[in-house]
Amino acid sequence: MMALDDRKTNFKYIGTRPDRPDGLDKVTGRARYGADIQAPGMLHGAIVRSPHAHARILKIDASKALALKGVKAVVTRADFPTGLTGEDWNLQENVMAGEKALYDGHAVAAVAASSALIARDAAKLVEVEYEPLPHVTDVDAAMRPDAPVIREGAADYSVPEGMHPNVVRRIEFGRGDMDAAFAEADEVLEATYRTEATHQGYIEPHACLAQLGADGKGELWCCTQGHWFVRRMCASVLGLDASQLRVTPSEIGGGFGGKTTIFIDPVALALSRKAGRPVKIVMSRSEVLRATGPTASASMDIKLGMKRDGTITAAQGTFRLQGGAFPGAPTAETMQCAFACYEIPAILEIGYDVITNRPKQAAYRAPGAPMGAFAAESAIDELCRRMGLDPLEVRLKNAVKEGSKSSYGPTYPRIGLVETLEAAKAHPHYSAPLGPNQGRGVASGYWFNWGGETSVSMAVSEDGTVQVSVGTPDIGGSRASMSLMAAEALGIPYENVRCNVVDTGALGVNEPTHGSRATYASGLATIEAAREIAGKLCQRAADKWGIDAEAVIWEDGCAKPSGPNAGDFPPMPIAEIAAEMGQTGGPISGHFEATPNGHGGSFGTHIVDIEVDPETGRTTVVRYTVVQDAGKAIHPAYVEGQFQGGAAQGIGWALNEEYIYGTDGRLQNPVFLDYRVPVASDLPMIDTVIVEVPNPGHPYGVRGVGETGITPPLPAIANAVAGATGVRLRQLPMTPPRILAAIQANG
Amino acid sequence: MSMMHVNTTVNGDEVEFLCDSRETLLDALRDRLGQMGAKEGCGTGDCGACSVTLDGRLVCSCLVLAAEAEGRQVGTVEGMAEDGGTLHPLQRKFIEHAALQCGICTPGILVAAKALLEQNPDPSETEIRYWLAGNLCRCTGYDKIVRAVLDAAAEMREDA
Amino acid sequence: MVEVNLWSGLRPLADGKDCVEVEATTVRDMLSALVDAYPGLKPAIDAGVSIAMDGRIVTGGLNETLDGVQEVYLLQRLKGG
Repeated sequence: MMALDDRKTNFKYIGTRPDRPDGLDKVTGRARYGADIQAPGMLHGAIVRSPHAHARILKIDASKALALKGVKAVVTRADFPTGLTGEDWNLQENVMAGEKALYDGHAVAAVAASSALIARDAAKLVEVEYEPLPHVTDVDAAMRPDAPVIREGAADYSVPEGMHPNVVRRIEFGRGDMDAAFAEADEVLEATYRTEATHQGYIEPHACLAQLGADGKGELWCCTQGHWFVRRMCASVLGLDASQLRVTPSEIGGGFGGKTTIFIDPVALALSRKAGRPVKIVMSRSEVLRATGPTASASMDIKLGMKRDGTITAAQGTFRLQGGAFPGAPTAETMQCAFACYEIPAILEIGYDVITNRPKQAAYRAPGAPMGAFAAESAIDELCRRMGLDPLEVRLKNAVKEGSKSSYGPTYPRIGLVETLEAAKAHPHYSAPLGPNQGRGVASGYWFNWGGETSVSMAVSEDGTVQVSVGTPDIGGSRASMSLMAAEALGIPYENVRCNVVDTGALGVNEPTHGSRATYASGLATIEAAREIAGKLCQRAADKWGIDAEAVIWEDGCAKPSGPNAGDFPPMPIAEIAAEMGQTGGPISGHFEATPNGHGGSFGTHIVDIEVDPETGRTTVVRYTVVQDAGKAIHPAYVEGQFQGGAAQGIGWALNEEYIYGTDGRLQNPVFLDYRVPVASDLPMIDTVIVEVPNPGHPYGVRGVGETGITPPLPAIANAVAGATGVRLRQLPMTPPRILAAIQANG
Repeated sequence: MSMMHVNTTVNGDEVEFLCDSRETLLDALRDRLGQMGAKEGCGTGDCGACSVTLDGRLVCSCLVLAAEAEGRQVGTVEGMAEDGGTLHPLQRKFIEHAALQCGICTPGILVAAKALLEQNPDPSETEIRYWLAGNLCRCTGYDKIVRAVLDAAAEMREDA
Repeated sequence: MVEVNLWSGLRPLADGKDCVEVEATTVRDMLSALVDAYPGLKPAIDAGVSIAMDGRIVTGGLNETLDGVQEVYLLQRLKGG
């Protein structure tokens, strides 16, 4: 029995903008984030970190630290199990160095003490003897034959003989006759583009409180995007049984992909096991910047052919990414997203994942996609300007649509790129006049989105209100979206739903809030769980009325006879059924679990106006418009928020943010004063247009919206700077000195 | 290491605590007094998540020593709503405009915005943007935050 | 029979073919039939691949049926932030 229409289009709650359920706690300071969690008798942990980019660890002497009053335990790699392989070994090696420190900031030991100040003092007393080794932090330098070898044997099957051991993966794909296709082009551009590593920059540093006994049973409270990931990773790194470790997520102060992995969590657990007391660790900002995941940096060669009418005939790219001292740079995603917006008959892409003496990269909002888009969308713009073509018309001419072969292989299902381009073209921003020293740039971008393992439970309370238990931490208002979907599916008021993010002990495995999946996947599961509940509510009403359940429908929060033949009974509201459910068969719950894979990809197109001061090279973002396909916006205010936030991060990446390494291999700007993210006075209002091309893979048409928005800003701003100054910057960030130098070099 | 004894007033309530001489006001608020609303985002005065008022002046509590609070008035986000729970207009407007996503910067931004409106009840968009330039938000791009402050200011002027 | 399109990096492991045919009714059958026919593909498949069926990425769907599916691609494993 399907109590509700399979695909709804007339919505009562979806598309409205109610207050978020956690709003009150968050404006009053009551919401509890990672560093706000405490336990009786807890100790405080501090980490000893390598000051060297690459060094052999000869000896660790903790005797002076242990002699300090209040110090309860010190751990090193010797306190972790041996014999791990693959990504488990990478994780363990990253959270606590073994034979070598692999980057500036790499953890080498940790201390637990009765106060945070004592722990910090004790960390300074741990004596580590290093033998510094030659280091390399640049991706191109790391591939050269004379580059220091970071680790032998890290390369996989794909790397051909003769490449430097720092190259750990090679990827290649493409189709078509490249020579013939380039011969058809009227103009061919060849250029090299570079992006620097940037950090996710969440305002909340990593924090956790851990308790682990000699019996292998543990509790962990932490700020994370995915507590089942944390459980699995900590269990692997420490040799625990996953089910014996319960992980409870706190409220999370931003993640953007950077909180989908572990750093301090297993260290706190190891300290707790050794000290026999709970241990809390809170990172400082400089620890966050030096030792948690920034994104990869990239060096990319593009060759692009275009006809005089704007048709792209061929595209070729070589993409070199470094993701720190471990395999895992998002090279494949960079390649797959670079030309994903266009139907190109001949394409060849080659990519390399390279290791360097930098921190292990972590996912950052559409990981890899912004770099590829920067190269590809800049190159398209260069040819448009060279041939005097309108950049939106050229994009429309080549845009992928349903049935197009993607640049990365498969044929696209229903997608919304053309709709975003049409909306951008029709937007008043695109035809508004520009002032002196101003330029306008446009760019499009793509992200696949994701489904992932999902488990959601729902239960009816005695008064007819409903609780939803989800496993995806709420980073940007997802509890409001889940509550809206539950309300819609059950026909009950939004206020009658309470959505809780529950711990690992309460549900089956859930992947993190990543891949723009929470509203799609937990939302889909919420709707399915609600449908199961509606079916049970219909059964209870049918039993009371003495008719078949098939003759009962669920509508507007009530059981109703399906028609005149079913019988003449007044609608029975959920509250009435709930009040006596204990006597009519017991509690009423719904549950849904799956690995849904109907996530639809999301395309976006951005327009930006930039003003450049020709005397200083300083840029000002004058106007910004984001157009993106949301499939169906559940809570439009939070969809707009994702668009705006993605644009702001992309603007930072384009103009200010970068990891700066000295010749000593140490990070030179590990504070927010020097690693400068956009502040309120750097930005204008960010206009948004929500395009809705429903995703057939979700009951209400949802497409994830979180990630795509960071992809177009990098090239859009470079394209606008080219318009304002007549010079093309192919290296990010486009800082005032770089822009000024380019203007002066141009005469 | 001997502890210091500090008498101060937090959100109108007289309190006292013992602290290490190196502890910041932020540490004392959070660890000694259980006021967890102010957050540490950087510890170097760059992010504003720890914003509080000290004798009415907006400060980063991570840059003030706990001992400096002796005899002074500290105002935090916990003191913004009236007794009985009626929210300050800024708090209401932040919820209404969806001006927070993760919410970690929200307490500091609310305290900073309140301090702005106390000295300038009718700020322009630009004035709001420069006043809040010391409060980082990584989620929102500031658009909805600025709109919420403009809207709250307008409502407060009407009610004044 | 199902036609499986391979990304270029996999082609050298499958005798240089860009498209191979195997007998399979589910994703699991397909992957094991691929490894049986082209043992060189094993390390790549073990390392993780994403599978696109008619443009839908169904990684994590070993039991997905191939009935009525027009197009199958093996891609690099994808991840999200």
